[in-house]
Amino acid sequence: MKCTVCRGPAVIDLRRHNSNFCAEHMVRFCRDQVAKAIDDHEMIAPGEKVLVAVSGGKDSLALWDILVALGYEVEGMTIGLGIGEYSAHSTAVSVAFAEARGWPLHQVDLRGEYGYDVPTAAQVTRRVPCSACGLSKRHLFDKVALDGGFDVVATGHNLDDEAAVLLGNTLHWQTEYLGRQLPVLPATDGFPRKVKPLVRLGERETAAYCVLRGIDYVVEECPMAEGNRHLRYKEALNAIEAASPGTKHDFYFGFLARAADRFRPEAEEAKTALVACEGCGAPTPTSPCAFCRLVERAAGHEPVPVELVRKPRGRRGGRKGGPKAAPKPAGTTAPATAAEARP
Amino acid sequence: MKVVLRNPRRELDVEGPMTVAKLLGQLEIHRDAVLVIRGDTLVAADAVLEDSDTVEIRPVISGGAG
Repeated sequence: MKCTVCRGPAVIDLRRHNSNFCAEHMVRFCRDQVAKAIDDHEMIAPGEKVLVAVSGGKDSLALWDILVALGYEVEGMTIGLGIGEYSAHSTAVSVAFAEARGWPLHQVDLRGEYGYDVPTAAQVTRRVPCSACGLSKRHLFDKVALDGGFDVVATGHNLDDEAAVLLGNTLHWQTEYLGRQLPVLPATDGFPRKVKPLVRLGERETAAYCVLRGIDYVVEECPMAEGNRHLRYKEALNAIEAASPGTKHDFYFGFLARAADRFRPEAEEAKTALVACEGCGAPTPTSPCAFCRLVERAAGHEPVPVELVRKPRGRRGGRKGGPKAAPKPAGTTAPATAAEARP
Repeated sequence: MKVVLRNPRRELDVEGPMTVAKLLGQLEIHRDAVLVIRGDTLVAADAVLEDSDTVEIRPVISGGAG
């Protein structure tokens, strides 16, 4: 297999682009795709100060690395979510990444600074964990961006994420959400601009970028995300993509080009007048804001272990189905079978 | 060869040589859902893996919506 650009040995094939790349040209491809997304959607202007939301996963670390390579002024921010060892490891990986490069990283710890963690918030409020997590992240990234004078918050949502969310919003005809599912959300009263510069890259591409750049990232999945609806939508799209490469790209970018505007009125209608939260001052439809209400309910509660709120483990992508089998230790009989590769 | 799988981490012994594509086919893993890593770099689908190799099959699908 040869690199489509230089004809040297390829290290990866990208079927949806009908291309193969060597290490050098794969890195260049990823950076070019991000530059094109930023340019096409006017995400970041020259000289603007960018805050990257960092989880320690492949997408956020690749994004930070690419934005710096493209010449942007970038700082990172990570949140200690308190999801057991997973969060501790994620924070450690994010800190190590930043320190090795001498790049500034803002850190906020939910338990240390606000007196709660995601498992406890999920249990106390009866929200699904991803909802409590997302609410906390959005509030704190906005706050740090505004307090720190950042022009824009960049998140690591990739093409697979956006296509999966689009599928979910379409299946349930969430027209308000469809009207807001854009790669750029402009700054509004009290909220910074939000951008998604990875929308032209799939998650296999961001993972490959990290490996080729020697970026150590958290491979393990969040224990609270296992079996969630977002993963099921990704599995469905991956099955279609396998038979018809390029479908995810067409689905998402076709939506942006031909359908997103049709749902804009619903999104505008859903907007309500905002007031300043009596607790934190953030703009909110009703005071106190959802974050302050979350803190009020969760902060006084005894910490809830991850195991009490995590979902049962479900089947995930990458496999074609079949019964579960116990893992087999190395050094036993060969050949390996598909059943042995399943968790 | 030694094959390292993730989430959860575990190891398999597989007789080589064979191509990456054949290994993934034998394990019924779709190639677009993973990266195959030998040493510190990626290996393409047509690369031949030797008996003495250690390779990691790393999933790329993550569950968070943000």
